[in-house]
Amino acid sequence: MAEHNKRSPRRLTVISGKGGTGKTTLTGGLAALAQNAVLADCDVDAANLHLLLAPEINKRERFFAGYKAVLNPQVCTACGKCVEMCRFHAISMPRENAPPVIDALACEGCGVCHDICPVGAITLKDADCGELYESETRFGPMVHAELGVGGEMSGKLVTAVRNRADEIAQENGAELVLIDGSPGLGCPVIASLTGVDVALVVAEPSVSGFHDLGRVLDLCKHFGIDTTVVVNKCDINPDVTAQIKSSCSASRVEVSGEIPFDNDFTKAMLAGKTIIEYNNSPLADLFREIWMRVKDLLTA
Amino acid sequence: MKNDSLAISIASGKGGTGKTTLAVNLAAVAGEVTLLDCDVEEPNDHLFLDVEWGESRESCVPFPRVDTNLCTGCGECRRVCRFNAVVVLGKQPLIYPELCHGCGACFIACPEKAITEVDRAVGIVERGTFREIELVHGRLNIGEVKGPPLIEAVKDAAAHNGRAAIIDAPPGAGCPAVEAVRNTDYCVLVTEPTPFGIHDLEVAVEMARQLGVKHGVVINRSDIGDDRAVRFCEERGITLLGQIPFDREAAEAYSRGELLVDALPKYRETFGELWQSIIKEARGA
Repeated sequence: MAEHNKRSPRRLTVISGKGGTGKTTLTGGLAALAQNAVLADCDVDAANLHLLLAPEINKRERFFAGYKAVLNPQVCTACGKCVEMCRFHAISMPRENAPPVIDALACEGCGVCHDICPVGAITLKDADCGELYESETRFGPMVHAELGVGGEMSGKLVTAVRNRADEIAQENGAELVLIDGSPGLGCPVIASLTGVDVALVVAEPSVSGFHDLGRVLDLCKHFGIDTTVVVNKCDINPDVTAQIKSSCSASRVEVSGEIPFDNDFTKAMLAGKTIIEYNNSPLADLFREIWMRVKDLLTA
Repeated sequence: MKNDSLAISIASGKGGTGKTTLAVNLAAVAGEVTLLDCDVEEPNDHLFLDVEWGESRESCVPFPRVDTNLCTGCGECRRVCRFNAVVVLGKQPLIYPELCHGCGACFIACPEKAITEVDRAVGIVERGTFREIELVHGRLNIGEVKGPPLIEAVKDAAAHNGRAAIIDAPPGAGCPAVEAVRNTDYCVLVTEPTPFGIHDLEVAVEMARQLGVKHGVVINRSDIGDDRAVRFCEERGITLLGQIPFDREAAEAYSRGELLVDALPKYRETFGELWQSIIKEARGA
């Protein structure tokens, strides 16, 4: 879907509808196999890739996006208009005739209270949403972030991570931007899929995993992104694995691999390693095969 | 608030730790209870319950509509929109639904009163019953980003019915999770004893703390990693509500969409005891 010239890098996002399917484990493994890639952790809500890749942070910057309303009680006349007009129930008046209180976690920064306050008691300040990091890992540069609690602007932070990784890839002449996406289907996921060439969806063979996979594939289709599926923990339910495969083939989505349930993944994680680096695990060969297939899709 | 109408949220920073498993199995042993599936991006609780569906209705957010006959193209709507949802092309404002928060700023600001607000559907709220459980869930439309208003609609749908409520929150600690956990009486944080699990648990604990919601931890698959989750709770003085070891039979039953308390009777006791300790903690005994 992206327009790119010959020199721009390819972009691959690993996503999963359901959380905990092994998305980051797979991304970490691919990071170890990909050559000349820039890594981006766009799961800013629950960033984990750094726990496998131990990035050394070179640059950190606070990330501001949107606003938060701040009330000056000295100026406020407690007329209550802001309480009435706020559609996010972020302003309440604990006592009559006393200045209202703004709940920063509920405030969406729309500015309506600021606009309608008759005495100018409310200002809007830039909202601090989290921190953005540029780092170096044993597999190349990495951009990642940490979202503050209640992060209103997680989609924007995801976009900032993705754009920064893109810039670094352009500067370094990297061939690939490998993105660890967010779970779910909402705004951060959509932000992590924007401008991407291939989406790799990690599915787990359970009734709920199958249900979520359907929704994620719909989303990829909605945005016109080439998609491939990897089934993780495929032996936990061979029937649903078969169901996933036939449903993928019906909708012309390739299944690039099937990974069995294996405690080596947890052991590798505890050791701070990707599965490729762990104990000559036979699972590494499986990852190599998946990587070859995904590479074909990326260069197609 | 009456004791029997406690609202218990189930959350976790990391996805896939077992929130849904906990929510549906606790609901199955809790007696008369309302189960609110607030993971509106991926509602899954219903897959484990043989639900008899009842009412279903669309959930809407306000969305501005511009009367082009009244609009003078002054651009005031664009100026006040802090979400950059309004662009003015030539003389016509164009509003992007995926950026609009429905805050009403443009509607209030328009000097010509050319803006009215219409309902824009973001998803649906469905209700059903299974045994003694009343299930309410929301389903966000594909490509839609407005989860929090739908979560609010799900929670509203079950407010003041006098029953205890179990609220299955979305993963993470972003705005959807905050919306689900907000104003609940107690939050159960589910984790697993791995580096990923602990890292995300820390974020979830911080969320519950900032919301001022009392909380405790359940360690799922408690034997797959190491003792770091137990140590974490001890160091932070957080109540450890229970530990559930990994069980391949349970993983398989889950994968088939079965309630563990039905498929494997020993779990009736596990979840029954867990529910009792959650209630006790929530009441602050």
